[in-house]
Order: sequence, then C-alpha cells, then structure tokens
Amino acid sequence: MTASDARSASPARAIPATARVVVIGAGIVGNSLVHHLAQLGWRDIVQIDKGPLPNPGGSTGHASNFIFPVDHSRELADLTLDSMRQYKELGVFTESGGYEVARTEERMEELRRRMSSARAWGVPAELVTPDHVVERVPFLDKDKILGAFWCPSVGVVDSLRAGTLFRESALALGALTVLSTVEVVGMDVEEGRIRRVRTTGGDIEAETVVIACGVWSPKLATMAGASIPLTPAVHQMISVGPIPQLAERPGEISFPIVRDMDTFCYERQHGADMEVGSYAHRAILYDADEIPSIEQSKLSPTELPFTADDFDPQLEQAFELMPDALGADGAEIRYAINGLLSLTPDGGPLLGETPEVKGLWSAAAVWIKEGPGVGRAVAEWMTHGHSEIDVHHADIARFYPHQRTRAYVRSRTSEAFNKTYGIVHPGEQWDGERGKRLAPMHAAQRAAGAEFFETVGWERPFWYRSNEALLGEYGDRVLPRENEWDSRWWSPIINAEHLAMRERAGIVDLSAFAVFDVVGPAAEQAVQGTVVAQAAVADGRVIYTPVLDAKGGFRSDLTVMRLAHDHYRVVTGGLHGMADLKWFADHAPAGAAVVDQTSAFTTIGLWGPRARDILGRLTDADISHEGFPFLSCRRIELGNIEVLASRISYVGELGWELYAPMEQGARVWDLLHEAGRPDGAVPVGIGVYGTTGRLEKGYRAYGFELDGDRTIVEAGMGRPKVKNAGFVGRDAYLAQRAAAPQAVLCTMTVDDHTSAAGGKRYMLGGEPILTRDGGTLTDGHGHHPYVTSAGSAPSLGAHVLMAYLPPDQATVGNELAVSYMEELYPVTVRSNDATPLFDPTNERIKGQNSENAEP
Amino acid sequence: MTNVLVCIKRVPDAAGEVTLTADAQAVDARFVGFTISAHENCAVELAVRIASQEGSGTATGGTATVLTLGTDDAVEQLRTALGLGCSAAVLIEADPAGYGPADVAREIAAVVERGAYDLVLLGNDAADTGDFQVGIRLAHALGRPVVNGASTVEVSQEEGTADTAIARVAGPDGVETYQVPMPAVVTVLEGGVEPRYPTISGRMKAKKVKIETVAPQREPSGSGRVRLLLPPAQPSAVEVLGEGPDAAKAVVDLLEKLGVAR
Repeated sequence: MTASDARSASPARAIPATARVVVIGAGIVGNSLVHHLAQLGWRDIVQIDKGPLPNPGGSTGHASNFIFPVDHSRELADLTLDSMRQYKELGVFTESGGYEVARTEERMEELRRRMSSARAWGVPAELVTPDHVVERVPFLDKDKILGAFWCPSVGVVDSLRAGTLFRESALALGALTVLSTVEVVGMDVEEGRIRRVRTTGGDIEAETVVIACGVWSPKLATMAGASIPLTPAVHQMISVGPIPQLAERPGEISFPIVRDMDTFCYERQHGADMEVGSYAHRAILYDADEIPSIEQSKLSPTELPFTADDFDPQLEQAFELMPDALGADGAEIRYAINGLLSLTPDGGPLLGETPEVKGLWSAAAVWIKEGPGVGRAVAEWMTHGHSEIDVHHADIARFYPHQRTRAYVRSRTSEAFNKTYGIVHPGEQWDGERGKRLAPMHAAQRAAGAEFFETVGWERPFWYRSNEALLGEYGDRVLPRENEWDSRWWSPIINAEHLAMRERAGIVDLSAFAVFDVVGPAAEQAVQGTVVAQAAVADGRVIYTPVLDAKGGFRSDLTVMRLAHDHYRVVTGGLHGMADLKWFADHAPAGAAVVDQTSAFTTIGLWGPRARDILGRLTDADISHEGFPFLSCRRIELGNIEVLASRISYVGELGWELYAPMEQGARVWDLLHEAGRPDGAVPVGIGVYGTTGRLEKGYRAYGFELDGDRTIVEAGMGRPKVKNAGFVGRDAYLAQRAAAPQAVLCTMTVDDHTSAAGGKRYMLGGEPILTRDGGTLTDGHGHHPYVTSAGSAPSLGAHVLMAYLPPDQATVGNELAVSYMEELYPVTVRSNDATPLFDPTNERIKGQNSENAEP
Repeated sequence: MTNVLVCIKRVPDAAGEVTLTADAQAVDARFVGFTISAHENCAVELAVRIASQEGSGTATGGTATVLTLGTDDAVEQLRTALGLGCSAAVLIEADPAGYGPADVAREIAAVVERGAYDLVLLGNDAADTGDFQVGIRLAHALGRPVVNGASTVEVSQEEGTADTAIARVAGPDGVETYQVPMPAVVTVLEGGVEPRYPTISGRMKAKKVKIETVAPQREPSGSGRVRLLLPPAQPSAVEVLGEGPDAAKAVVDLLEKLGVAR
C-alpha cells in the first residue's frame, strides 16, 4: 500500500459508524482502560489516537517509567500498588529497588514521615545509612548524604509494551477497534449528552466517550463544551552516557534508582546511560493548543526543545552526588528534553464523568505509576458506578467553576511544581490564588485577627488572634506544642477557643458549605433513593445521613433538611460538595431537580451552653428544647432578618446552624456577636469545628474516616433498623450488617507524648498504629491501621487519634502504640464505636446541662 | 599550536516541519528551539580537535574560540560550544536580522584582525538563510586563502616549515585534498566528523567562561530581504512492508539497503 501522505496511510481502514464507547488516546491510560472495559464485558470499543502506535507521541512515550510505591496519599498509593501488580502480570516490570536520599536533617525527618506512610500502606521499606546506599550504588558520594529511605520494591516498567499488551488483550476478545493516525476534530453534544465524535476519518456515533489524552485533554474537552482542568508542564530530563560502571552490567537497570530529594532530582539507570530528571526548575507551562503537531516536532510533540539554562543548577547537583559516574570519561549528555506532562491544580488525577456533559468521561493527569490502576478504576466506575479502589479525591466533579479557569490552573500548578519532591506539611497553605471566595463577614473576621486557611477558594478562619487573651485564662489546658513541625499551621488559640465554646459559646463561620436543593414533585423519591436515613419525614425535620455507592462504600455523609413536601435542602462539606451535587443530580428521577444554592446562603454556627440565651436575645421565636427540638429546622426572625435555623451540631453542643442570605450574613454575624457579648461568646475557627470539637465527639469526617472503602458497619454508624425504602447501596449494606466487620473504627488517646529526645510530640494524622512493642497489625481486609484523624481534645486534656483496627484489637482499654517519626508512643483504645469520649450521653446537645456548663 | 576561531550562528532547529513567523521574516522556532547548524557543529568539533592538547594526530595544543553575531539569546549557542570544548567566546552583539553576508564577514574580519587566529572555521552555509557567502567574503577581506566545503581539517606542524591547514573536500569523483598556508579560512560541510555531545563537566566549565562582547563596526547594509517563502511540501511516500513477524525480513533488507545495518 502506498499513500501520498503518511497521515492518510492508516485510515484506509473503515471507521465504524457507531461505537458503544470511544476511548480517545492510546497512552498508558487509554490502553489500560480498553483492556479493563473489555474484561468487564464491553464490546464495540473504538480507541482513537492521532499518532502512530505503539508510541503516538504523548507523555507515555518519554516517561522515565520508574515507580516508587510510597505516597502520603492512600488513594494514590492504592492505585500505584494495583498498577505495579498489573505491570508484573504483563511481564514488563523490573525490580531495581530505590532510595530517597537526604542531604539535610529536615529531609531525614520527612523520610521518617515517609516510613509512616510505608508502614501504613504495608510497603516494605527502611531508613538506612549512607553505607547501605553506596553498597548498592557505589558511584554515589556518601559524604553528601545523611541517610536514605530504602524501598526494595521500587522498579521500572515498559509502559509502551504494557499498552500494546493491553490493546492486544482487548483485540483478542473481539471487543476493540484501534484507529491510529486518526484525529478527533469535534464532538457533538445534544441536550447535555455526548452523541458523536467527529474524526479526520469520519463520524462515530457514541453515547459514551472517554478522553484519555493526557496533555491534550483540555483541548478535547473544550470541543464538547466541558473542561478538564490540567496544564501541560515541562519536566526536564537528560540522559548521560555511556557510563562504564553502568555499561558493564547487562539489562536496562541493575542499580537502584536514586531520588535526590533535597535537589528535587532523580538519577535512574537506563542501560549504559544515567537519566537525570528534575522538578527543580522554574514552572514552564504550555497550553494544550500550543503543543506542536507530530510533523512540527523535533522528536515528538511532548519532547520539546531542551532549555539548558534551566537545568544547569541540577547538572551541578547531580554531578556532586555521583561524580564518578556522571563525570566518567566519555559520558556525554546524549539526550535532553523538556518533556511535557500533565499537572492539575491540586495534584490529583482527573477521573470520572464530566459534570458538564453526560456520557463524556475524563481519565487524565495520570502518572505512569498509576496508569493501569486508573484504567481499571475508571472501567469499573463506568460499568458499576463505583470502583474497587476509592478514587473520590480524583473525581473530576470536585472542582468549582473558579478552579477550572486557566488562570487558576496555571497559578496553582506553578506553585506546586517545585513541591513535587518537596516537604509538604499536611496543613500546608497555598500562597497564590488566595482571597477568591470571601464570606460576607470577612471584614469583621479580618478585624478579629482571623488566621485564614483556604478550602476550595473560601478563606476560612482557623483561629482568631483576638482570642489570644484566652491563652492566659486556660494556661496548659490548651495543650501547647513545642515541636515546630507539630505546631506548624496550628495555634494553641484553637484549643482556647474550644474551651471557651464548651464553657460559654462560640460563633463559627461555615460559609464554605456546599448547599443544594432537591425540588419538585419527586423530591422525596429523589432523596429517599439516595440517602441511607429515612427521608420520608415531616417538614421541618433534619436528617444526618450517610450516602453510599452500590457496593456499600461511603459516597458522602451530609445533612438534609426537609423544608416542604416538595423541597429538601442538602448541606455538605465544601471540599466534596460539587461531587455530591453531581451524585444527587445523577440519581434524581424525573420530577425532581437539583439546584445549587451554595452562593445563595451563608451558614453561621452558634454553639455552647449559652447558645440558647444568646439566640433568645435576638428572636421572639420559641427556641426552647421542646419548642425547637434537636434535629429540627424552621425559619425564625432575628429582628428584620429571616434565617433558616437548624438545631444540629458537629461539635457536640447545644446550638443552631443559621442559614442567612449571603448578603445579610455580615449583619447576622454582627448581631450574634453583640448578643453573645454578655455571655462571653467568641468567634471560633475551623480548627475547633473540623478537628477538636468533632474528635472529642467521635464524629467521622468524609475523606478521613469515611470513603468508598469503608462501610457504615465498620465506621460504627449503624442504626438499629434499615428503612424499607430502596436506596443506593441498600443490598450491600444489608449484607454488611449480616457479616462480621473486618475492621472497626476506634478512638484512642495518646498515653505519653515524650520522645526519646525528651520533647513532647503530637501526631498529625496518617501514622501507623502498631502493637505496644511495635508489631504490625492487619485487619480483615489485609490493611494495616493508620491514623485517619488526629487532634487535641482540650476538654479531655488528651490528644485523640482515630483509626480502623482489626476487630480483635478493637476493645476499650486495649493498649497499642502509634509510630510517629519512627518512634513509638503508647496509646489506649477509648471507644470502639460512635460513643463520644466527651459527653458520651450527649446531654449537652440536648441542652440539658446549660445550668452547670463548667466541666 | 594553532589558535582557531570557529564561527557559528543561532538558527532554528530544522528537524521538524519548518514554519515561518507571522511576518515571514524568520523561521518560527517555537516548537523546535534553536541550535547550531549541522555544518557548524562539525566546525566546532574540528576546532576542538585541533586545539586540544592530545588526541588523534591533529591536536596542536592551541585554543578554540567560538564567535557569533547575534543578540543576547545567542549566548545559549556560545555556551553550548564552550561545553563541547571551546575555551573562549566572542559575541558581536547585534540583531542579526538586518545583517547580510557582507556585513557579517566584515564584522568577523574585525575580530580576526585584532586577535591572533591562525585558522578561521565556518559552516559551509547557514541552516536558516543559506547564503553560502560569509566564508569567502571573510577570506577576501582578510586576504587569506580559503577552502570551501571541507569535510575534515587538520593542521600540519612540521619542524622548520610554516604550519599548513590540510582540508579534505569530498567530491563526486573522490576526495580533493587542499593544503593551504596559515593563516587561512575554511568552511566546513557536515559529514566528515561526528560531533561530540557535551559532558556534564564541560557544561559546568562553560558556565564559568566570561563571554567577550563586542559592538559591531558599523550599521549593516543588509541583504534586502523581502520575505521568506516555504517551498511546496514534498510528497512523502509510505510503504507498508508487511504486518507482524512476517515483515521482519523486509525490514532487515531495507535497513541493509539504507546502510544502517549489515
């Protein structure tokens, strides 16, 4: 066959007129996806790539292809471990071992934290001396390092070969048509649903389309009016060789990979060459439209011209670490690229159906180390509505509109790029893109010295410097922390505010809540079918309820107010609110509509033993315990302002959430402070609301204790009965109730904080729970327990940890240990169900102890 | 001991499809970046070999200085040549767009006249403008002998005689060997030597070299460029040699025919 133009050579094949699903992209993600879809029974899969196979020119083709399995994120670690398993099954994985070396003491501490994650995810690893490193990497200058994190299961993969094998598996099942050198030029959307993919070879009708195009994904999404908020960004890499020390050993890799963490570089053997890659240079961002075509490219569209000046500092640092290898006679820089990869504003992948277009899915912004796992998870999600590995952090529906803007994506990715190998504190705040969503009472908060943390754009006060005086009042009851890491992004004022709220009252800005209404004649049916709790309740009732997926894992936990027979209002956390909104909308039957109200209402919490007295000064409404019982809501007047008041609490106190129109929020805030002054009410930050208040009460948080891998039973949140009405996950939930739990969520307190060095240390979350003498624990799922939430419990004078323990360890009084920075601290199990450590019978919420509020 | 001056030009890397800037006055290097053209890369390689202290016969223990006429951006190419083994660099700082071959030759001549360069090497022609003129105009201005299109250049140092440059030019019927007395000018055609890649230590040394910047002698008279035009696209033929393992023999045959496998 001869054709006049290479681009038209292949499409002589017939292009199918229809497909069950069109997968755009033949990188590691698209290839893995077609394999898993075929395995799950999908047929008529059409896979398109504008490039030739097996390397169509995307990021997979120039990847360094190594895998370090330990990440601080459990979701990414799960995806990586699953991917490693798949690569091994395909026979394309070579184990090399890998080191993360430390040049500084600060990094050694981070590597100790790395050990926590390794233990928590069950990945074999150890901290080792420089001698251990040079024994395996003899050309490394051991005087440059203090120690290293050694992970023997690190390895490299052949991701292009894996892709070919994935495609061949789907082809062998007769499930797949592969169209290479065919370019997508348009997508047709009708009534909000994808209908058609237009290509250079003709149109393909399809109800389901997946964009798995890596750096090109934003361009493709735009064709359908959707958005995939990633940016192509440069990662520089050079290859130096031939290096005699490497050349004398056979095969692609026989020396461990070295990540030189403090210089943000890695050194990875590739045959006789050493690849040196960097995350240290300035952020160099592109737009998807600016990427050259295959014809315009020197090497490939994602291997852009090397900008040597940007790399020069890394050259010196790499040389310093491995002078004998990189300075070997004849070792030249034979290859150097500005390789493009995909970065997202929060570093997570972009998976799932786009919120803008039904049937249009994203599987983008994925590293080689997660590719096969992501393919499997997305295929399962497309098939069953959920995946075995929980990927909610990667849900593309998580973003608010401002987070999808080009400016936001570029700003956040620029800031994050140099943190790829950075030491990132769990509480770390962003510098850029701040001040974008301001609560109506923002000016008053500023005046009160609020320390703002950002959540999905909202500036939320975590504590108020105006409360500093309380520190003197409470002394050591605020549980001060002396270690810099433990107290970074933290203040003892949080604990002082907590005590003031428990003794008097606190006023909390909750503007960041996502709020949406479910309305219409089928509203009850919509809510009832989505949530676990009974939703067929009287108007004015408030429900706190889990939301499950079909396999009985948590999708969310949230509160629902029934405002009228055809009107429910859902209130949920800001972080995951947009994904919750999509979930409700996706499950709403005809006759029910889901309407976002997030920007319409501000929420202000008023809690504490004096809350009723304070609110009573502002309203004539009956707010007595009988007149306004717990878990009820109604509209009340605060002078000339009408607010929706809901008697509920996430901090375990008497009080209300007050929903006011956004434009009246500042006034309500001021009114509450004026009315609260006689009782000593103080503004209270999210440090109390999100951590100390909830932990004392054993309240679970989605994304920490609750996620798709956890069940109501294991979380200890089961109710005596399950409603008869059908809801998503009901069958699975009934089965879970009938079976013995494999893990039990427990609350523990730390018995002794004293470190070997003598100072006191306070865990921040993510640490492994071990036996008292450091032995490993394993639950019925094969998982190892780790701290899901950690924080002060000032009313108890204790530091509280939550973790899922093996059932036989989940006994009150059981003595265990937590490993923090590679030291053991004794802990004791205090609760093995939802029973709070503080006020276990919930007297305070009922408002029955307001006469003797002093604990 | 021979002191060599090697002249290079910052040009777009023409490895991909060539595109022009919107005003059609230059090649758009957005996707491909800038480089030293292939002829000049070979000239740099020859200069470094001649100047080196030791090595295959031709080493004279002299110096290799790299020169370009361009803006500050062209420092990138000077540093590349320094990383390959040149030990000094001269930037004639000017916007090269207005400079025709006569202007460039005049400016290089001024640098050569005040330095002590025994041998000036240039590329046979620039990869972007392809004027084929600077070398010969330079030789004329300097009153030196010139060899054009040499694949290799060596320096013959025989006791008692003046040093000579031996340049070999591959012609259709064989190799022509020119022996010219130095000082001399030679333009180099790619193919005779394999240019080296930089080493890390070379690149690190290159960073430390101070680049001598000189101002041009006078305003350029230019070559009166109207605009660049792209030639019509060459049709490319694709032949499918077969599919699967059966295609292997055809691939081997082709590789042998192309001379990349034996």
